[in-house]
Amino acid sequence: MEHQKKAVMRKRTRGESTASVPQFTNSPTMIVMVGLPARGKTYISKKLTRYLNWIGVPTKVFNVGEYRRDAVQTYKNYEFFRPDNKDAMKIRKACALAALKDVCCYFTQDHGQVAVFDATNTTRDRRELILSFAKDNGYKVFFVESLCDDLEIIAENIKQVKLSSPDYINCDKEEAVADFLKRIDCYKITYVPLDDEKDRLLSYIKIFNVGSRYLVNQVQDHIQSRIVYYLMNIHVTPRTIYLCRHGESELNLVGRIGGDSGLSTRGIKFAAALGSYIRGQSIPDLKIWTSHMRRTIQTAEAIGVPYEQWKALNEIDAGVCEEMTYEEIQDHFQEEFALRDQDKYRYRYPKGESYEDLVQRLEPVIMELERQENVLVICHQAVMRCLLAYFLDKSADELPYLKCPLHTVLKLTPVAYGCKVESIFLNVEAVNTHRVRPTNVDVDRDPEDALLTVPEHN
Amino acid sequence: MSLIGEDTERCATVSPRELTRNPLKKTWVPSCRNGLPERHISERKVCMTNCPTLIVTVGLPARGKTYISKKLTRYLNWIDVPTKEFNVGQYRRECVKIYKSFEFFQPDNEEGLKIRKQCALAALNDVRQYLTDEGGQVAVFDATNTTRERRETILRFAEQNGFKVFFVESVCEDPDVIAENIVQVKLGSPDYTHCNTEEAVADFLKRIKCYENSYQTLDEELDRELSFIKIIDVGQRYLVNRVQDHIQSRIVYYLMNIHITPRSIYLCRHGESDLNVKGRIGGDSGLSGRGKEVWTSQMKRTIQTAEAVGVPYEQWKALNEIDAGVCEELMYEEIQQKYPLEFALRDQDKYRYRYPKGESYEDLVQRLEPVIMELERQENVLVICHQAVKRCLLAYFLDKTAGELPYLKCPLHTVLKLTPVAYGCKVESVCLKVDAVNTHRDRPANVNVHRSTEDALQTVPPLTSVSLFSLHLCLPSDPVVLGDEFLSVRCLLLL
Repeated sequence: MEHQKKAVMRKRTRGESTASVPQFTNSPTMIVMVGLPARGKTYISKKLTRYLNWIGVPTKVFNVGEYRRDAVQTYKNYEFFRPDNKDAMKIRKACALAALKDVCCYFTQDHGQVAVFDATNTTRDRRELILSFAKDNGYKVFFVESLCDDLEIIAENIKQVKLSSPDYINCDKEEAVADFLKRIDCYKITYVPLDDEKDRLLSYIKIFNVGSRYLVNQVQDHIQSRIVYYLMNIHVTPRTIYLCRHGESELNLVGRIGGDSGLSTRGIKFAAALGSYIRGQSIPDLKIWTSHMRRTIQTAEAIGVPYEQWKALNEIDAGVCEEMTYEEIQDHFQEEFALRDQDKYRYRYPKGESYEDLVQRLEPVIMELERQENVLVICHQAVMRCLLAYFLDKSADELPYLKCPLHTVLKLTPVAYGCKVESIFLNVEAVNTHRVRPTNVDVDRDPEDALLTVPEHN
Repeated sequence: MSLIGEDTERCATVSPRELTRNPLKKTWVPSCRNGLPERHISERKVCMTNCPTLIVTVGLPARGKTYISKKLTRYLNWIDVPTKEFNVGQYRRECVKIYKSFEFFQPDNEEGLKIRKQCALAALNDVRQYLTDEGGQVAVFDATNTTRERRETILRFAEQNGFKVFFVESVCEDPDVIAENIVQVKLGSPDYTHCNTEEAVADFLKRIKCYENSYQTLDEELDRELSFIKIIDVGQRYLVNRVQDHIQSRIVYYLMNIHITPRSIYLCRHGESDLNVKGRIGGDSGLSGRGKEVWTSQMKRTIQTAEAVGVPYEQWKALNEIDAGVCEELMYEEIQQKYPLEFALRDQDKYRYRYPKGESYEDLVQRLEPVIMELERQENVLVICHQAVKRCLLAYFLDKTAGELPYLKCPLHTVLKLTPVAYGCKVESVCLKVDAVNTHRDRPANVNVHRSTEDALQTVPPLTSVSLFSLHLCLPSDPVVLGDEFLSVRCLLLL
């Protein structure tokens, strides 16, 4: 009978993917960071990993510094990193090898596709070691080198992420900064950047001064091409992203999903409140994005400034279930309803979409959000969940159940390696549209069990 | 820089504008007091910059500048960014009528230099007209532009006119690549119509030499404030500096994904016979010994076709047929009966028309863009798709306009083999000599919303006039707007 994905007779070819785009990966790929301390390697590693996981490429970071902290327990001072400290060198090499071993496990046992090897890797010797390891195991290697000589950027970097590192817990600020700068000097002595001539056969991207310039060499395949595109679009300029849903709609009031209805009275009130809130924030050069659906556009209109409509921000297409209540879905499509509860992320509505499809169509939105600075995105429940999952690094299992209530603005500010979230409820009541996963997801369950968690509506 | 919070035209006290629906595209637009939609369309377009962009190629002759210019222009137009190329060599040919020899290009030929500079200025003038008066968004200024002085002139021109500048430099020292380049596009140039191959090649090589001495490549230090991409050795390496905005970012991504390795792309619709397809494609010398990718949509009929061909394939949701919304699985006669207004609107602007709760060709192009990007990266690929989808892909490869695209002929049981050659694409149409329904509906003469049913249905293709091999079966005709149906019985019999 029909598989939950509604695409019968598919011969599963590469991997058992049910995704909407082919998974263009054969060999696993190792992304190897290169650069002096405080050049943003860990920032890039974590961000890239978050992005790749979000678009469905299983990725993991292996931070050698963490292995070192496990091995050495207490950090004394920069002298650990002196190139003539033989004992420390032994430990540091052992840590790198331990991390590589875990990379191997990740690929072979955990079905990983990409491993980000986050360390300085500043000597040719170390990079040779990694290349041999990769060659022996059949992994592709792509280097990401970050070069920066802007003292201000480095100082800001140290402030943002080094001062709070476990290494400097018991130091005051000046001590920590002084020690860290000496640490960087230890690496400078032996640092050999990737070379145009000698390394011309390697695949890599060199990032200069946080993105003002890039050198890209020998991109081998699709995933490397996507990685390069992503890295070239991200920036570190401080900014804020605001996410919210449209105001409460007429269909929301009666518990119907989808459709293209207008705002309810309370929804209109919310739109006005949103306008006041946004104006009160005094945000420089704010861009406002909506979907093509009436309810988001109506909401934006109340703010009174130009906005851009994106079709890609449209709510998930519920196909044959459009404009139905959950009760009606249970009535007409009992099996579908259960299948959805079994795997809400991958489940595709008949003649509609899945969350997995949504992520694919939102990828250009995310890419443009990365390029932009201050943006307010007025969208829909499923769409907002997908965007939020990207910013907050939520898994495919968590994503479809993220709480995105009506009339609540989420303010996201990048900070350190992640994202600060503030939730602002604008004080206009609305229905609850969040349906929690019920306990019984069996296709033969009682209607009662199926409808247990449906939120109240008119 | 503007702050929201400062006094803007419409403040909190003014109520939000009413929304009306654009009947063609089904988009919601704010309406003026008189109920008509306001002029400002806030729909997301690729080019959200207010400034037009001037792309300036840089490089010695035979480095692929014109190839890149034309290809980039084709891509940008396809994704709905009005773009035009301006090839200074063409201006020179118009001015100088007959090309004698490389001596025209010698750096001490005062007369030649004067003419060449005039041509460049004439081209820039046309650029200004295109970007300022004709609604162009991007102009590609295709010339050698090998001196810093020439580039300064262009930068000043752009600044005076409020254009952004993005340089695309191609650097290559591989003699094989250059030789192949000369063979492919120089020998056939109007400059060398009256020469034999050896003469032409010798002259052209001397021509390149004329530029070499004064060539000032874009420099990491000296040109660090400029926005550019330097393409080294046909894509082995790229240097990218100061990407300013979205469109430049897309251009860089595109340029980094294209290649010039010979290959062929096969486009066909579902329902082709497995044996015939295998026979045609398997026997093709260009593909023997080399892997071929096979791509399908996620709809049953393309998957069935691929299954029958018997090779591994990749499924793309993006290759699914256009979503006809409320008109899914209807015949044209039924659409005319139920939605005569929609039917007429579609004939008025088939490219932009969006089915209610469905898609437009314009939407299709946007969702196919990642497919095109990956096709550029790949080598030999067979794409098994659908009529509207095939039209969009074909329009990209053959540089068809939005007006032509929805009417491109893509009959069933015909495989199109596309092979890049010189500056364009060679098309070979392989008909599999199996009868099939004709699903192509021409634009009727009368597209008025009040037209008669007869006028509306005038060009609907006859669906029952085909016979199958030696079988005389009365098969239900294929619904013209297919849902996710199994292949018709006729197609199954072919497999």
